[in-house]
Amino acid sequence: MSKVKNFLVSAAVLLAGRGRPKLPAQERIVPDKPPRPGWELVAISLFGLGALCAIAFPIVYGLADHLPHENQLLGASVGLAFVLIGAGLVVTAQQLIVTEELEETYPENEHPEEQETLVQMVEESGSRLTRKRLFMVSLGGAVGALGLALITPAVSLGPVFRISPFFGTPWRRGRRLVDENGRPWKASDIEEDDFYTAFPENANKEELGSPLVLVRLPKNSFHLPPELAHYPADGIVAYSKICTHAGCAISLYRAPLFQPDEPKPALVCPCHYSTFDPAAGGTVLFGPAGRNLPMLPLHIDGKGELRASGNFNEAVGPSWWGVRNRKPNPHS
Amino acid sequence: MIRKAVRFLDQRTGDAPLLRKTLRYVFPDHWSFLLGEVALYAFAILVMTGTYLALFYSDSTKDVTYHGPYKPLQGQHMTEAYHSVVDISFSVRAGLLIRQTHHWAADVFVAAIFLHLLRVFFTGAYRKPRELTYLLGLTILIVSLLEGYLGYSLVDDLLSGMGLAIGYAVAISIPFVGANLGELIWNGPFPGTDAFFSRMYIAHVFIFPSLIAVLLGGHLGLVALKHHTQFKRGPRQTERKLVGVPTFPGQTPRSLGLFLVVAGVLFLLGGLVQINPIWLWGPYHTYLSTNGAQPDWYLGWLIGALRLVPHFDVVIGNYTLVPNPFWGGALFPMVVFGFLFMWPQIERRFISHDYGFHNLLERPRDAPMRTAIGFGVFTWVTMIFIAGGVDRVTVLFDVDYASIIWVFRFAIWIVPVIFGIIAHRVCVELQRGEEMERVRKRAEHRAKAMAETS
Repeated sequence: MSKVKNFLVSAAVLLAGRGRPKLPAQERIVPDKPPRPGWELVAISLFGLGALCAIAFPIVYGLADHLPHENQLLGASVGLAFVLIGAGLVVTAQQLIVTEELEETYPENEHPEEQETLVQMVEESGSRLTRKRLFMVSLGGAVGALGLALITPAVSLGPVFRISPFFGTPWRRGRRLVDENGRPWKASDIEEDDFYTAFPENANKEELGSPLVLVRLPKNSFHLPPELAHYPADGIVAYSKICTHAGCAISLYRAPLFQPDEPKPALVCPCHYSTFDPAAGGTVLFGPAGRNLPMLPLHIDGKGELRASGNFNEAVGPSWWGVRNRKPNPHS
Repeated sequence: MIRKAVRFLDQRTGDAPLLRKTLRYVFPDHWSFLLGEVALYAFAILVMTGTYLALFYSDSTKDVTYHGPYKPLQGQHMTEAYHSVVDISFSVRAGLLIRQTHHWAADVFVAAIFLHLLRVFFTGAYRKPRELTYLLGLTILIVSLLEGYLGYSLVDDLLSGMGLAIGYAVAISIPFVGANLGELIWNGPFPGTDAFFSRMYIAHVFIFPSLIAVLLGGHLGLVALKHHTQFKRGPRQTERKLVGVPTFPGQTPRSLGLFLVVAGVLFLLGGLVQINPIWLWGPYHTYLSTNGAQPDWYLGWLIGALRLVPHFDVVIGNYTLVPNPFWGGALFPMVVFGFLFMWPQIERRFISHDYGFHNLLERPRDAPMRTAIGFGVFTWVTMIFIAGGVDRVTVLFDVDYASIIWVFRFAIWIVPVIFGIIAHRVCVELQRGEEMERVRKRAEHRAKAMAETS
């Protein structure tokens, strides 16, 4: 019976006491500071609130299908849990843990004797070698050769030396122009002051050589260089849709709808605002592009459908060192 | 309990002396020293959330049709990669939270590194003996930029694709080797093959994060070996004596608290503030683009540079020596990072002629030339960054885009010089002001002493 009594008394003391166990009398390492029960309570409540938020997270997760703003509630619960517990720790650090300032000496700037010893060790280790330079050169050469050998497999990553694919496009004489769903474009579909995207019939739409922008311009507005004079068909011109600057798709058409004083029609790339003149063979009006927009020659067949009369006048896509070397060609 | 644990570990590892030393390692106290820590914690969050996302992401470019819960995309063709990220956003419970937190963490990560860099630069913390720490830090920043770029490219939404197209154009614009490099990376001309996505994936989740982790280890190891720098806040701080709070008990709860607060803020952002709603952009096709596209903030400076360069390629005969995107997309960042990498040498050789060891930091005003040049370069990069977003300005204020670009083309060379000169002047004036204050105090002191003796 007395055992039970002892147990209860000690349990009560343990629970109620704000136990600061007496340290044996020894010199303290961390300085002694008076307790701060108020801040202690703040930290404890922050931890408690954090725990509540943390518990809320799996509950929200479980009920996600029945709750509005599931993502917001999930984020708020776990985020607040982190922030509250973190705040509790910061309070602990700033107010409760004994903060002491220490002085420490910076490490030595250098160790001249050790340096000497190291140099000496290395030098003495090579004292048996008579032709040091030749030895080092041969070793260096061997390691270099091995290094080269080891990076060779990287060439397998891509067809590094095959440049011809850059010039290939699906376009060839007679190929029909179709829209995104494969329906042929008729010349009568193409209206002024609007622009259209066209693809080669039965070809991969994703390759850079495929997509075109089509616009119709007043026939008297053209000022094409002589070699491009036959490229338009009935006032319709086709250009590669891929900007020659950075390869984005040209998806803006600046068409003067109302004021006669507005700048002339232009094809604009929204990435860096390279601006091309569709009436002058795709010359650059503004923006960073360094090359004209490649132009595709067109003709209209007996059914009034648009067909290519050949390939682009220039290589398609962003520029590289060889971009001006060759004309594009249909890939085999 | 503690005694038992300490004894157990010490008997098995002999760690007690080392641990004791570590726990008494001294951290000088200044808020700006926490910026690097914030970056570290953001990185930890990135690794954790990223691992979770990798469990659901697919790097396949196979064409699939969407039949998920998000109605506007139903029936649309897309790659399996984009499909998997849409699924993470709508079909994986808590997936959107983790994805948005990951994206926010990336933005905060780079921002924290950037601010940390500014702090280190303008206080001269990179000086001997800490040049290596600085160079490793810069390398981490470069790898992080690439890592972030890969991260949002993997999604394969419209913005990803436009970003990749630009990246490809910059890669093939490199003189002499561009096209070959492009083919090597993309496995052929853009948009490349399936292999390209699996390459990006392994680079994003393994190669680059490991690289960052290794560099980070070196960076922190060097910090610990040479100890922290400190500001001179009183007579106790000297080049030989470091004053601060020990790892334990002072710094540990503080750092843990900071970690949790950073994590909490990122999760709150991820839950409450929408970022990159990829379902609105739709899948990417080479023939699609959208107006008003902006990259994540840390690539804005490159977009600005690409947009500002006037239109020309350098051509000799038929050989295109330097295609245009090289200037803004490759040369510009190389110049900026080249400047940062070389700066400690430049300053030492041409400005300060100071080859000594330094543990005390300088305030910006203490080194007017460094502050002036640094501020000038910062202004230059910032203006180019702003130029990357002026298309939004034209929409807002109805100004002609071309005119603004022309203003910027000149202003970016003039304004930084003016700002640099002003910064220099301000530093010198602040120094003089302090000198005056000192002289005045001394004179007052003397006058008081004289008055007392007479």
